Amino acid sequence: MDIQTWTYTLVGITFAIYIGIAIWSRASTTSEFYVAGSKVHPLANGLATAADWMSAASFISMAGLISFQGRDGSVYLMGWTGGYVLLALLLAPYLRKFGKFTVPDFVGDRYYSQTARMVAVVCAIFVSFTYVAGQMRGVGIVFSRFLEVEITTGVIIGMGIVFFYAVLGGMKGITYTQVAQYCVLIFAYLVPAIFISIIMTGNPIPQLGFGSELIDEPGTYLLDKLDGLNESLGFSAYTDGNKGMIDMLFITAALMVGTAGLPHVIVRFFTVPKVRDARRSAGYALFFIAILYTTAPAVAAFARTNMIQSLSEKPYSEAPDWFKNWESTGLIVFEDKNGDGLIQYLQDPNKNELSIDRDIMVLANPEIANLPNWVIGLVAAGGLAAALSTAAGLLLVISTSIAHDLLKKTIMTDISEKGELRAARIAAGCAVVVAGYFGINPPGFVAEVVAFAFGLAAASFFPAIIMGIFSKRMNKEGAISGMITGIIFTASYIVYFKFINPTSNTVDHWLFGISPEGIGTLGMLLNFVVAFTVCKFTKEPPEEIVELVENIRTPN
Amino acid sequence: MEKSDSSKNTYWKKNLQYLGVLLCVWFVVSYGCGILFVEQLDTIRIGGFKLGFWFAQQGSIYVFVILIFVYVYLMNRLDNKHGAEKD
Repeated sequence: MDIQTWTYTLVGITFAIYIGIAIWSRASTTSEFYVAGSKVHPLANGLATAADWMSAASFISMAGLISFQGRDGSVYLMGWTGGYVLLALLLAPYLRKFGKFTVPDFVGDRYYSQTARMVAVVCAIFVSFTYVAGQMRGVGIVFSRFLEVEITTGVIIGMGIVFFYAVLGGMKGITYTQVAQYCVLIFAYLVPAIFISIIMTGNPIPQLGFGSELIDEPGTYLLDKLDGLNESLGFSAYTDGNKGMIDMLFITAALMVGTAGLPHVIVRFFTVPKVRDARRSAGYALFFIAILYTTAPAVAAFARTNMIQSLSEKPYSEAPDWFKNWESTGLIVFEDKNGDGLIQYLQDPNKNELSIDRDIMVLANPEIANLPNWVIGLVAAGGLAAALSTAAGLLLVISTSIAHDLLKKTIMTDISEKGELRAARIAAGCAVVVAGYFGINPPGFVAEVVAFAFGLAAASFFPAIIMGIFSKRMNKEGAISGMITGIIFTASYIVYFKFINPTSNTVDHWLFGISPEGIGTLGMLLNFVVAFTVCKFTKEPPEEIVELVENIRTPN
Repeated sequence: MEKSDSSKNTYWKKNLQYLGVLLCVWFVVSYGCGILFVEQLDTIRIGGFKLGFWFAQQGSIYVFVILIFVYVYLMNRLDNKHGAEKD
């Protein structure tokens, strides 16, 4: 069978499974819609959290990012996994004990304030929309390349699928679909990685393979070879970095803390029955995430070695098929600057003739390594699973924020259970349409605003929740002024360097050498400082809040 | 079941102790081995990996997973000791 048929078959089968699960797990109460009735087994929740968390960016873009950045790419690996340690130790068990539906619920109740709740709602909606636009775009790209339909058609098909199971099943439907999606995406990620690892190093375990010797050149380690290739083309050695140490520290911390503060991840821990399940399922989640995250750096190293060896200084006329295929998508661009007909891939931007989009490192990897057609179809199905599962989780946060936090808790407090459920479904439906619109007409700054999502989560939610659990003295004045300081500081810094004055976005102009990606860490520190200072000079929280904190600290 | 304040206090103190120790390890393997002391560690090689590079791209992640399961184990034991319900 050819690539096209395989892709249609595999994508078709996985979509049929998702729809089947959606019909089987319809939600009939708001509790089922928001938190799956808190009846999800911790193992299932671990799988669902992993799929929820690993987005189109993790599946499609991350290995490419590491491939181009080498050691500097480690910030993503450590940042996007280390956050789970914070989540499991500092947040998940206590939030589960608190036992409501959303993050704004916690912030609003703990700080006995509608203002605090509204700040949290606005942040949750902003962060989630930022993220979901990127997912829909990912769906569109996979469709257009592998199924050869227009990006618009691809996005609409993806919207239809998500609409079906998110609106029908709410959290319950999403959870069990995500379990299936995890299985699809991890299989799709590992199969090509294992194949390539065997081809290049003879070791079937990619995590070991990229520290092994090359089959073609016995006695030479793959990473040493790659360091040499990089240096000969003018890049810095693959295993050395360019980023400053302070910046590395701040970016890693912002990603970790941001991960722990993202509402669509936190809310997953409301779905398990008990406090001890929340801890355990955070462990499972990270285990399942780690399988992909430890494979990604191996894929990155394999792909870069392969790419350089098959293209550098080779005649353009003899370029392999995959090169031509991807050229037509505009993700690979070749411009013969010196007119010698050879492909020069160099660090020096004046002489470099090849620009490669980072997403290709995963999407075209099976073609580069000449893997069988079904593997290529599998990667398409995996990319879609990753994008759809994350999109669904985010859409649920948006719909819950609107139906529960905004309507039920603020505007229409007397709304009936049925009315609230209907509102949640309508909100989910509208959110799908808006997300789809952004997927088809992406604002040019999608990639830029991802820094926003993490920075804001790091500078707002994380400190507010941590102080709410670990300090009995923290009051609403402190928490609100802290959140607002954190958000304003972080947002202005990012807006300034990304939108107002992008030309000055270099290390010389950064505060303490911290890039906009890492500034959320400083925002978080400011949040803590302001909150504790204000808290010191304002009145203590009421007695029942101190009891609430006592209560969430004990598991039963 | 209602518990005395002192039992709650010891439970919370013990929890904070576990958190302190585990978060130190968390800090050391990621920020320490992966970023701060990378150059020193890179002089050591295991197979094709420089050790600092390995920690940054592999080792820290393995340790993170282990840390969470250690915490799960410690806290389950503590819960049982303090009479938390088992099911």
